[in-house]
Amino acid sequence: MTDEELDRLIEAQAVLLGLGLHPEWREAVRANLQVTLRFGAMVEAFDLPDEAEPAPVFSA
Amino acid sequence: MSPWQDATSIAAAVRAGEVTAVAVVAATLERIARHDPALGAFTALVSARAMARAEALDAARAAGEALGPLAGVPFAVKNLFDIAGLPTLAGSAINRARASAPRDATLIARLEAQGAILVGALNMGEYAYDFTGENAHDGPSRNPHDLARMTGGSSGGSGSAVAGGLVPIALGSDTNGSIRVPASLCGIFGLKPTYGRLSRAGSFPFVDSFDHLGPLARSVRDLALSYDAMQGPDAADPSCAPRAVEPSLPGLDGGIEGLRIARACGYFRQGLSPEAALATDAVAHALGVTAEIEIPEAARARAAAYLITTAEGGALHLDRLRRQAEEFDPDTRDRLIAGCMTPAPLVIKAQKFRRWYQQQVLRLFDKVDAIIAPATPTTAPLLGQKLFSIGGETLPVRANLGLFTQPISFIGLPVVAVPVPEMGGGPLPIGVQVIAAPWREDICLRIACHLERQGVARAPRPREMR
Repeated sequence: MTDEELDRLIEAQAVLLGLGLHPEWREAVRANLQVTLRFGAMVEAFDLPDEAEPAPVFSA
Repeated sequence: MSPWQDATSIAAAVRAGEVTAVAVVAATLERIARHDPALGAFTALVSARAMARAEALDAARAAGEALGPLAGVPFAVKNLFDIAGLPTLAGSAINRARASAPRDATLIARLEAQGAILVGALNMGEYAYDFTGENAHDGPSRNPHDLARMTGGSSGGSGSAVAGGLVPIALGSDTNGSIRVPASLCGIFGLKPTYGRLSRAGSFPFVDSFDHLGPLARSVRDLALSYDAMQGPDAADPSCAPRAVEPSLPGLDGGIEGLRIARACGYFRQGLSPEAALATDAVAHALGVTAEIEIPEAARARAAAYLITTAEGGALHLDRLRRQAEEFDPDTRDRLIAGCMTPAPLVIKAQKFRRWYQQQVLRLFDKVDAIIAPATPTTAPLLGQKLFSIGGETLPVRANLGLFTQPISFIGLPVVAVPVPEMGGGPLPIGVQVIAAPWREDICLRIACHLERQGVARAPRPREMR
């Protein structure tokens, strides 16, 4: 994603989540979200079967 | 009383009547008053409470009562532990408005039940989302080996207080490395137990999936002594395993004969500073380790740990971010806001990957009993330093000091971080992780004890504070 696309995403999510973002926070939030998405792509790229269970298992 | 006496010898002296608990606590409070202004380790003292407990302990001894194994041992806790009568800060300004905790955290109560005496609360990175030990509200905790350098975090005050000889034992928390990183940078021993081993009841959370509590100390026997005192199930913490106490002290001197130990290669060999490489070499040599083992997909494990951390941390603080965003430490705030925006499918995939990864790593323990790996990529960076060089790449300090700790806590394995002093000829220590299979803290501690006896692992006294 470009910086402009990310900024639009951040702006929309801030509205959705009810977060008031100061303009001067934008760059650091974007930088952190870029790391999240880079790591997210690494995890996404790993092939797991549909049956793979998440680590936390709820016991009734 | 020497400030460098360990908890085991203090308790023995108090039990034998060679020194009173009141004298121990008074000397501790005096040393804190003298050195803490420079170290920035403490955020609160509970002096009156500590003296009252010490007096009660001395009276009990005078009445012929048996004293516990931690009799008269002063200790302190990261300020995310509940202390009755104080608000639980978790390194924040926001939590100063919270009501005072009605009771002590379970682990404080368990240590005090064995005779230990709480003296205060310790500085930490805000809401534990930190590897530096810096804090915008309380100032940084400083490294006793060089006051211009970081302690590491987020249990920075715990590292500073123990390494500086203010207390023999401190408690910290470790979500991604927050006990092991300060243990490494401050040159002390730190135990991150198996996930679910020690109760988290009465502590302020960060990431439920990875939060652990544990001790930091200047000797392995003190780690084992305090760890044994804190074990046991706790109905107040749903994550605490229903396991009976498995004492580690009786087997601590068992040596390493029969243990199969390997060194982590691949990911854990990359991006090491010369000091980190030398320290891991020294530990491997002392243990006679020649075998290497690959922890599969460690880089991806770190990535997945990052995703779960940022998402769970963001979700925890969402309401505070809505109402009080300006009151956060800016470094924490920006990360938490970004965390709230993590796409849910990534987090769910990360949790699925976590189970896959756990199954792969557990298989390694069919072949070995323990794995050694560096604890941090470098010795302590300077306070305020934003970037450092790892493997020729320039990276942010704050996010990357936990490069080698994150893939281990991601699946809750027990680890002892052992300090190796003065690697590379400088005054700064650096740590090495001793990692075992779940519930085998005893193996980590035995190996750490062996290394300590050989003189390879040792908590050095800071030059300025001897």
